[in-house]
Amino acid sequence: MIVVGLIYSVVNGTTSKVNTAMFDASTQAVQLVIGFIAVFTFWLGMMEIAKQSGLLDKLTAFSRPILLKLFPELSPKDPALGFIMSNMTANFFGLGNAATPFGLKAMTALQANNPDPAVPTRSMITFLCLNTAALTLFPTTVISLRMTHGAPDPMDIVVPAFLATCFSCVIAITLDRLFYIFTVKRSRRRR
Amino acid sequence: MNTIAAISTFFLPVLVGVILLYALIKKTDAYGAFTEGGKEGIRLSVSLLPFLLGMLVAINILRASGFLDAMNQALSPVLIWLSIPPDLLPLLFIRPISGSASLGMVADLTATYGTEHFISRAAAIIQGSTDTTLYVLTVYFGAVGIKKMGRALTIGLLADLAGMTVAILITIWYFA
Repeated sequence: MIVVGLIYSVVNGTTSKVNTAMFDASTQAVQLVIGFIAVFTFWLGMMEIAKQSGLLDKLTAFSRPILLKLFPELSPKDPALGFIMSNMTANFFGLGNAATPFGLKAMTALQANNPDPAVPTRSMITFLCLNTAALTLFPTTVISLRMTHGAPDPMDIVVPAFLATCFSCVIAITLDRLFYIFTVKRSRRRR
Repeated sequence: MNTIAAISTFFLPVLVGVILLYALIKKTDAYGAFTEGGKEGIRLSVSLLPFLLGMLVAINILRASGFLDAMNQALSPVLIWLSIPPDLLPLLFIRPISGSASLGMVADLTATYGTEHFISRAAAIIQGSTDTTLYVLTVYFGAVGIKKMGRALTIGLLADLAGMTVAILITIWYFA
């Protein structure tokens, strides 16, 4: 990506813009991480309390049957399930910044059981597909944006947005399954 | 609709309260657990920096060089043929790549067309119903040090495409 951009900028005569953009982006990344430190420290601290008190296990019990269907590789006792559930709940309620630390805990838990740490496992891929499709009930940023622009009913997009996000989730899960079945069949044929 | 807003607002304090109360009842060392988890939070966020920095630099270079705009123009005949309004085009393209850039575009479209126009509504729904796929994958895979995104990227982008197309169709149908 960088190489394509650099070559194109020379052709297009935008090299000076690219120079500033590079360092702007670096600053932006550092600022982002500083924000992360605040949010992650708080939420992972809370999460650890919920884990040690046993609350997390209790809550996970409800969603376990559904999660096990989505993640057939995981054992019912896998600690990743609790984090996956927390991540999806936080996403659903539009708490994006709480969802990320939970999701990262889920990834670390999944990585602990990964036979080849350089290659993502099937469960990781399923989990990320769900995350990029972003099942959310309440897209907070967009609503506040519409509010500041003086929309008479800034919430009017909630229902259609929810329908759209449900659809993209279904598509993501279906594609994930299809890709999985396809690759498994191919690797069997090779043997 | 206000109930949904209320649930969203009260979810956070209630959640924190329930966690602390439950720990109190179960006599867990809440403060010890909090600092323990918090330490991990710091480590995790700092370890993300190189991944995030690399990705943001690459995206910014592509944007500043004008390459993304050129791609947009190259793709526009296809989307016009699919009867997607050309104004929405850059948004469709940038949404999976950069969340802040796409939010800026939604704001721009909303300011230009007013909140009740089809294009601003469709833009808001596109923004609200999908996530920044590239960013999510960078952060999540970065946290465990995996560099191969593999089929997760393909699926994520395909699902985005499907989601955004449906978002436009739903907007047409819902607000007709």
